Amino acid sequence: MISSSVLKKISSIVGKPNYLDSQEDKIVYSYDGTQLLKQLPEAIVIPQSKEQISQILKLANEESFAVVPRGSGSGLSGGSIPVENSIVMLMTQWNKILEIDSENLTVLVEPGVITSQLHSAVEKIGLFYPPDPGSMNICTLGGNVAENSGGLRGLKYGVTKNYVLGMEVALPSGEIIFSGGKSVKDVAGYNLKDFFIGSEGTLGVFTKILLKLIPKPETSKTMLAFFQSRHDAAETVSEIIAAHIIPATVEFLDRTTIKCVEEYTHLGLPLDVESLLLIEVDGRPSIVEEDAIKVVELCKKHKCTDLKIAQSETEALKLKTARRSAFSALARVRPTTILEDVTVPRSEIAPMLERIDTIARNHNVTFGNFGHAGDGNLHPTCLTDERDKNEIHRAEAAFEQIFDESIKFGGTITGEHGTGLAKKKFLEKLAGAPAVEMMRSIKLAIDPNAVLNPGKIFSVKPRCEGTLPRSREEIKKFEELGVFT
Amino acid sequence: MSFEISSNITEQSPKLGGFAGVDIPNYDFITNCMHCGLCLPTCPTYSLTGLERSSPRGRIRLIKSVADGELEMTQTFIDEMNFCLDCQACETACPAGVKYGALVEAARAQIFQKRVLPLKERLLKWIFLKNVLSSKWKLKLTAGLFRIYQQWGIESVIKKSGVLKIFSSKLNDLQALAPRIDTQYSDKIIPEILKPQGTAKYRVGFLSGCLMNVAFAGINKDTVDVLLHNGCEVITPREQECCGSLQAHSGDFETARRLARHNIEVFSKYELDAIVMNSAGCGAFMKEYGHYLNDDAMYAEKARILSTKIKDISEFLIGIEFRIPTTQFNKRVAYHDACHLAHAQKISTEPRILLAMIPGIDLVELPEASWCCGSAGIYNVVHYDDSMKLLERKMDNVKSTEAEIIVANNPGCLGQMQYGANKFDVDVEIIHFSTLLKRAYRLEN
Repeated sequence: MISSSVLKKISSIVGKPNYLDSQEDKIVYSYDGTQLLKQLPEAIVIPQSKEQISQILKLANEESFAVVPRGSGSGLSGGSIPVENSIVMLMTQWNKILEIDSENLTVLVEPGVITSQLHSAVEKIGLFYPPDPGSMNICTLGGNVAENSGGLRGLKYGVTKNYVLGMEVALPSGEIIFSGGKSVKDVAGYNLKDFFIGSEGTLGVFTKILLKLIPKPETSKTMLAFFQSRHDAAETVSEIIAAHIIPATVEFLDRTTIKCVEEYTHLGLPLDVESLLLIEVDGRPSIVEEDAIKVVELCKKHKCTDLKIAQSETEALKLKTARRSAFSALARVRPTTILEDVTVPRSEIAPMLERIDTIARNHNVTFGNFGHAGDGNLHPTCLTDERDKNEIHRAEAAFEQIFDESIKFGGTITGEHGTGLAKKKFLEKLAGAPAVEMMRSIKLAIDPNAVLNPGKIFSVKPRCEGTLPRSREEIKKFEELGVFT
Repeated sequence: MSFEISSNITEQSPKLGGFAGVDIPNYDFITNCMHCGLCLPTCPTYSLTGLERSSPRGRIRLIKSVADGELEMTQTFIDEMNFCLDCQACETACPAGVKYGALVEAARAQIFQKRVLPLKERLLKWIFLKNVLSSKWKLKLTAGLFRIYQQWGIESVIKKSGVLKIFSSKLNDLQALAPRIDTQYSDKIIPEILKPQGTAKYRVGFLSGCLMNVAFAGINKDTVDVLLHNGCEVITPREQECCGSLQAHSGDFETARRLARHNIEVFSKYELDAIVMNSAGCGAFMKEYGHYLNDDAMYAEKARILSTKIKDISEFLIGIEFRIPTTQFNKRVAYHDACHLAHAQKISTEPRILLAMIPGIDLVELPEASWCCGSAGIYNVVHYDDSMKLLERKMDNVKSTEAEIIVANNPGCLGQMQYGANKFDVDVEIIHFSTLLKRAYRLEN
């Protein structure tokens, strides 16, 4: 509990209308896009200046409360879910695009700018910001940088980290630094800005972000290829890349997902196919034309049953929007959809999907599978109902095995959603204890009082957090976490 | 007479957390929301406040909290439920297919049953929704008095005197929003049974509506004429009443169901191919009669059958051999999606296809065409300031199209946007789809 006198101090920093602490407001900031997790904050603040952010962080250090930065709350690993004894710092009002520099091809934004709004602003003048997470119509750039978000265009264009040139950031101490800049080359000192990319709100609060832009591809071609076997689809992807064609997008949807997406979009997708690939090639017209022909040939070679080429930009957009809806559309089958984003090397997609099938069968749970086939980023999604505790338990067990398999294949437990709360207990398995310990040391060096989003990615002080475990069950739980080793 | 609404809550009533009695929000609909947030950018009220509690995702979570017994139906809860326009743009955006409209309407029914609304608002709703609008003769009487007020110059005297400001500073603005009462109501100018020239290809029923009847009689006449032009025999039953949508949207399900049962009886007397609507709100609600009367053993089946016959005028015309006007209609036209047509009934391509078929028409797309204009039933009266912000955004978009005519298929939108054209000084004509079509047919002679 944060004492009422401290809450009063917080309120006086941001001013009345920017301080919320009604029960209703606490309830609606207790969650984000992650399933099964929630925690009420003690208050919500909407800072009006970086000085206010600074003051709140200083106060947090003095009065021992936690601060959880938040954008639109569309995250999928619990990164913006409040922790105990915390206030939410809502950044959505910081939504100005401050400068588009078309000579240096950079853009300076506030962290609350919505990703797709940046897209339209820069594309109007022939420029391009490639990262396009599924939730790009609502997610914020601050959230994208904090989670190092990916998207559909990751295969050719990379992810958010490839476009961050610098940022102004409020450190946990309340000090404000600017790291990076418009220079393409810059090797002065540690590359501090990279610490903050993917730090999930644990190391600083962004107040400005400087992003790199590239020229907008002149043209693009989008197509859908349908397959009777997932294996054929996966082979096609491998061969496309082996033929040295790098499409902007290669997305994969399985039968269950196709059915849900069709129910939502009414695009006329066939329901009797095992999988589909959504492929987009872009660039100069002559190259796009050539690449598209080769891609079509390769699809046919691998027994694609049908092929559809978008006839207009509107149609292409519809196809991509349909793919973006996949995750939420799966909720048509069962109310709770637990989405994961294990990522394996491209060559291991087909065997990984086989393993997911087996694991789902063994645990008697249903999965819908889709993902970014081009970069090996899969989204196995468990279709369940949170009211069925037993099934949730089985789903959790299935995911644990899926993570293990992914690691065995040389992959990772999360490709683009972040570790947050959802995957922190698996991080050590992937990274190893010394690496997690190093992350913890970095965190505590920058944030010794653990005021910024503590407990995300890893527990800050695993050996002395909370009350001592008493019951056998509790002790077992801690043993599993490796606390007593 | 008491204006207290009879309450259905008894000790034995079913309960769900803080909800009780009839019309409890459906818990399956609540859990269907997986809080991904894809609805947020489509929500007009979220765009106004930027606060989660004014978003569909936030409101569903508040409803869930009451259902789970974690929150009371507090004043903030009530305010947020009523702040919602019920435009259902979020339903169109929701890949999971969450029935948000049904949830928020059930929450309003709960608020209504608990009588927790302020006395003033309850009184307003009791007078207008429960009495005036839901009874044809009371509505006509009121409309008649109002017409005298509007026509005999009393309106301008009152306005100049500023006497209304004693009651509310906004009342002066509000009275300009009120629809102009027609000198002749549509049930005067539309006979009960009308036959087309030649043999009739279809036999359709027509809902003349409550407000449509007294304030938009011309549009009703145009719609009937368009149907006659398309070879329909048109039956406009005299005994029909208001469809009940305005009552249901404000939580008074009891009155809404009474009206629904009445209209089912009236329209079921005829063998009809379809019942044609020219008001998006009425159409959306009558298509839901089956849902609202699901637990009514006597009416459930009848309601379901009737609901399948309900067709918006554009939906109906696209399903038949539509008679394309033959003369050039040389106007620049843009189409505005009424929320209860585009989002509640998922009808947005049909009117555009039909308009594009009219020769000579220069059909341009209105930016944010399916974004609410702020009319939303009685929203523009109850939430005037917020409604005006949405209207300004709408009229800015209208201006950008440089269209001469904006077409909308809902009386609420027409009134609101007409008001907007005057208020924000936009030179554009706002007309109903049927009116445009009737003009196009008339050009042929």
